[in-house]
Amino acid sequence: MAKFTKKKNGELPAVSTASLPDIVFMLLFFFMTVTTMKDDTLMVDNTLPIADQTQKLDKKDRVVYIYAGKPHERYRSKYGSQARIQLNDKFADVDEVAPYILAEKAKMRQELQPLMTTALKVDKETNMGLISDIKQELRKVNALKVNYTTKEGDAMRNIE
Amino acid sequence: MARRSIPEVNAGSMADIAFLLLIFFLVTTTIETDSGLDRKLPPLEPPDTDVIIKERNLLQVVINKNNQLLVKDELTELKDLRKAAVAFLDNGGGLNDKGEPCDYCQGAKDPKSSVHPEKAVISLQNDRETKYSTYIAVQNELVAAYNELRNRESQRLYKMDFTEMQALFSDPKTPDEQREKLRPRVERIQKMYPQILSEAEPKKN
Repeated sequence: MAKFTKKKNGELPAVSTASLPDIVFMLLFFFMTVTTMKDDTLMVDNTLPIADQTQKLDKKDRVVYIYAGKPHERYRSKYGSQARIQLNDKFADVDEVAPYILAEKAKMRQELQPLMTTALKVDKETNMGLISDIKQELRKVNALKVNYTTKEGDAMRNIE
Repeated sequence: MARRSIPEVNAGSMADIAFLLLIFFLVTTTIETDSGLDRKLPPLEPPDTDVIIKERNLLQVVINKNNQLLVKDELTELKDLRKAAVAFLDNGGGLNDKGEPCDYCQGAKDPKSSVHPEKAVISLQNDRETKYSTYIAVQNELVAAYNELRNRESQRLYKMDFTEMQALFSDPKTPDEQREKLRPRVERIQKMYPQILSEAEPKKN
């Protein structure tokens, strides 16, 4: 039965790390593919409300983003804590929304212009007054397709 | 000259380089939220003729500045809104403009509620001080009411949820021939329960 007696060897074999690069590369590729480079630096607080009857937003080339919310803490001393609108990279007043939409629309390809959607990314603590003002401006320039961007989840959690 | 053998490149530091890149992408990644509630704003020019809507065909939803919900002047909890909206839309207690009854409605046929889904209007009014999250929650519930009814009819006619059908229809990856097949279906369901959601300008106080 000498065949089955194990060779007594106290040392543990070293764990092979040869496949470590493969694992890391796999992770790397995952993150590389899901990453979207940010277009705008957010200057406002932007915790989106929650809804569950959502539809997917159109392709990016036909969407115009409008952000709104209280200015970020860094900008509080300069801009106060009243909710503001952010267009591109700067704060804006309500009457700047309409020219902004028209300018963005003009930048789009001709055939996409009628498909333009305005995505409103608004902080959930904002008062409806500001949003109504934005909507009024959008109606003035006939940008009637809007999308209230939300997080996926149970809508009842909004009113806690 | 004798050929020297080429030394092998040491790949031991590959993991380090990959880690470096990995950490860079980990830090810079923001996974974008790209879904939301699609809505269409009413055009600014009011229609030439004032449409007179009978009171029974109007479900008035008001959110006041304390984020309280009033449905037909009665204080309502948000969780009851969907049921109230479904009952209102699906009532079918009368005839539409063409004089047809609603043969697919399963509602109570209450003479005080709407006559036909095509005539039923939900009016949403909010205050300037209403919180956005409450507004979205109410919008969500109203859209959910429409979706519930549309899904029911879609299941009955095509054995498929309307929301699923619509997602497939608007997905750019769907082949054209399938989309052409879906188009009449989507339009038919949308015609059965058209989304007539009127948003009045907010009250000033």
